[in-house]
Amino acid sequence: MSAAAFTTVIGLEVHVQLKTRTKLFCRCSTQFGAPPNTQTCEVCLGLPGSLPVMNRRAVELALRAAVALHCDIPTLTKWDRKNYYYPDLPKGYQISQYDLPLSRDGYLDLPDPQGAGTPRRVRILRAHLEEDAGKSMHDEVAGHADSRIDLNRAGTPLLEIVTQPDLRSPTEARFFLNELKLLLSYLDVSDCNMQEGSLRVDANVNLHLDTPRGRVATPIVEIKNMNSFRAVERALAYEAQRQGDEWRTTGRTLGEVPKQTRGWDDQAQVTRGQRHKEESSDYRYFPEPDLVPVTVRPEEVAAVRAALTALPATRRAQLVAHHGLDPYDADVLVNQGPALVDYFEQTVACGADARRASNWLQQDVLRTLNERGLTIQQLPVPAAGLAELLRSVAAGELETTRARQVFQRMVETGATVAAARQALGIVQVASEDLLELCRTLLAEHPHIVRDVRGGKTQALGALIGKARQRNPNVDPARVKAICSELIAAADTP
Amino acid sequence: MRLIHLTVAQLRDALAAGHVSARDVTQACLDEIRRVEASIGAYLAVDEAGALAQAAESDGRRAAGRARSPLDGVPIALKDNLCTRGQATTCSSRMLAQFVPPYDATVVQKLRAAGLVLLGKTNLDEFAMGGSTENAALGTTRNPWDLRRVPGGSSGGSAAAVAARTVPGAIGSDTGGSIRQPAAYCGIVGLKPTYGRVSRYGLIAFASSLDQVGPMTRTAEDAALLLELIAGPDPRDATCALRPVPAYSQTLDQDLAGLRLGVVREHFEAGLDDAVRQAVQSALEVFRSLGATIHDVSLPHSRYGIATYYLIASCEASSNLARYDGVHFGYRTDESALLRALAEERGSAAAPDEVDTPLVRLYRQSRSEALGAEVQRRIMLGTYALSAGYYEAYYLQALRVRRLIRSDFDRAFGEVDLLLGPTTPSPAFCAGEKLADPLSMYLEDLYTVTANLAGIAGLALPCGFTRGGLPVGLQLLAPPFEEARLLAAGHRYQQRTDWHTHVPELP
Repeated sequence: MSAAAFTTVIGLEVHVQLKTRTKLFCRCSTQFGAPPNTQTCEVCLGLPGSLPVMNRRAVELALRAAVALHCDIPTLTKWDRKNYYYPDLPKGYQISQYDLPLSRDGYLDLPDPQGAGTPRRVRILRAHLEEDAGKSMHDEVAGHADSRIDLNRAGTPLLEIVTQPDLRSPTEARFFLNELKLLLSYLDVSDCNMQEGSLRVDANVNLHLDTPRGRVATPIVEIKNMNSFRAVERALAYEAQRQGDEWRTTGRTLGEVPKQTRGWDDQAQVTRGQRHKEESSDYRYFPEPDLVPVTVRPEEVAAVRAALTALPATRRAQLVAHHGLDPYDADVLVNQGPALVDYFEQTVACGADARRASNWLQQDVLRTLNERGLTIQQLPVPAAGLAELLRSVAAGELETTRARQVFQRMVETGATVAAARQALGIVQVASEDLLELCRTLLAEHPHIVRDVRGGKTQALGALIGKARQRNPNVDPARVKAICSELIAAADTP
Repeated sequence: MRLIHLTVAQLRDALAAGHVSARDVTQACLDEIRRVEASIGAYLAVDEAGALAQAAESDGRRAAGRARSPLDGVPIALKDNLCTRGQATTCSSRMLAQFVPPYDATVVQKLRAAGLVLLGKTNLDEFAMGGSTENAALGTTRNPWDLRRVPGGSSGGSAAAVAARTVPGAIGSDTGGSIRQPAAYCGIVGLKPTYGRVSRYGLIAFASSLDQVGPMTRTAEDAALLLELIAGPDPRDATCALRPVPAYSQTLDQDLAGLRLGVVREHFEAGLDDAVRQAVQSALEVFRSLGATIHDVSLPHSRYGIATYYLIASCEASSNLARYDGVHFGYRTDESALLRALAEERGSAAAPDEVDTPLVRLYRQSRSEALGAEVQRRIMLGTYALSAGYYEAYYLQALRVRRLIRSDFDRAFGEVDLLLGPTTPSPAFCAGEKLADPLSMYLEDLYTVTANLAGIAGLALPCGFTRGGLPVGLQLLAPPFEEARLLAAGHRYQQRTDWHTHVPELP
């Protein structure tokens, strides 16, 4: 695409499933993974005569997300029907929000990936509530195009978050999604699990090109069917390339062709035009007469705001400012979720050095959690225990290798530091005992002493190994230091 | 007096006194149904065995001193757009001919809980769309006063059943006059409660913002007794009001002295049948003699009522009826025939394309085959009016006029306590007379639709007969949630008149 400098312009539509126990308009469970059509009732099946009743909890969760996204929350919001026919939509309309959404005009700041500089601000156009449709499973065996519908998901509450076209690269789109997912998990409003469909992304993308005739834009394409953040990034990169190629071939610009919908084929790593021309449908929105408008009192919004726990951006800043971590480490910890940050802060509060605690969390603790499939809340080592262990390391009572063994023991048995050390036979070697051991070793190995005197200081390594054979609890660094001192002292007349 | 002539209130007393059993009453109704149903056709289904079993249980409860309510054992009929668990609920449509709901409508639940005997399901215009019960796909209902004539609609089956004395009371639904108009045509009492007074849960929706369930009886007192049972808040209907239910039957004997009665000027203009006008004028004199003062009232926007109503109702209907797509429940076109046709069309110009997919074909054929002409007409009207480019001009404009109509009533009720006028411009017309002219059929709703648009309460009462012996209906309208006032006025009027005691002569 050397012919013209271009900018990729991306806007995202993110659907997140809210963490309610029951559906948006009935009392069916939202639990994932139940046998098809077992979590249904006359309401979510759209049986004649049934009526929706709003789940207040879904509104609360949506409000929490909207406030955290710095959105304006109008005092009145209402429901609308979006009419279209599809077999997984049993009523023939989806209850959604059209012209008076729950919230609008917010933003999300993306931290600079380099950890410095000003954050990128991505504006949020709106965030509104709607019910999910069911799931169609097409089984297109030759000649028998059988489709099956599972309506367990029908009526599940979704928050649709629509950004302005503020993203400028596929990677930035992925950063945005990571940050959004992190925010929503800090808020505890969604599981954001793409595999289970609790987070879905559609992307709108086109190119703005600088040509000799001025700036032109390529037709906007909506990409669907992306099942991971990586897939979003790749699909956008592919699509940007494809649009550049197409523009060079056809010269067609925005407005000359209708908006197209393309699906991402993850196996072939390409986008393909979709048969269903969504853009041609007219949803005939109108106010949902079966529900009453929802009033959101300013006090309610204030209460939600007051109850917000520290969000990712705040916590990153706190880790840097209060604990002296560098931005990179702060980011790694914060990305692990609020519970891990809490654990870190408790560890430091119990007297551990912040940097050491950060290193331990990023290495030993995270590895343990991954290996054992645990959450930080399930880790058998309390923050106070880790802090005690790290204090011993700092005081020189334990060297790092031994401390790791103690930590593993604590993980396996839930023991305290002292108990784990005892079980491993780890006791601190008294200074006079260590001195005596060093003297004995030097006396027994005059050739090593000679080598050291001759300038081969690395020969001391052999002494350290022998010292550990006699007593595994000795601190290698101290053995080395004492032996060096003794040899030097003997040199001095 | 024969059992079938007893009103709900009289049955209540007779049952309480032990003079009759629920079984006897139910059997009397079933016998009368057997005698006259062939000429009337009020019912789509009569649950003979079920009704007798319910009656026997009721007698058992009463004998044990555990009657569920004063009306325990009183038979009742239900319009067949109210869901009954395990019992077909068809809306008189081929689309739902086989539909058996897995749940009871809230109203049905309440009637069962009070021990009433559910006798059967009554005919209606398909999906309650119509004013003659001629749009019914599953049965033909005739007016008991003249079998050549329609019973009105859409609750024509319920009205005819009550008028023919096959049941003392029935439940109907009213979206633009569907309780009051057939009540007027059949010479009975029909109450459309305030929107939100009675739960709509389990009422198969026609137009959600207008639909309301209500009683159809022979007296205002009976309507009060039934409304007491079926009204009240429902956690399953968000549009149902959170207001306690007054004891309507206990406040019927209010003195009407000083009652300010407004006569709606626009309801006496051109198009009103002379016999109807005269009957309503005499009713006015009755109220005057009861102490009411009469006032001239104008509802200037009422002339836009029909247009507004048919836009809003059709828009909502187009969406409410979208679920009848042949996929999840109800009628589906013959699939193997469809597949054969698709195979034959392969390669031809008629073959499916990106717009006309096989799925679209399934929808279209299922809906075309199973929905009647009137229903299709309204779905098309509503779909058109909600479409991009027309929405503002039609739907939004209709909403604006709806607000004006409501404020007309607000203003009127600032000056008077009740409004009075005819229920319909003319008495029951002959079957087939208006089928070719939907617009003239729509005009029969002229005086009734505005109450639905405004959400207020309306009561139709028999107030006389034409020279040809057809009943004429009076309409009283009350401010929202003033059913007590409405029913008391109706009751006092019926104490002074005997129109409601006339019985159609059936062969």
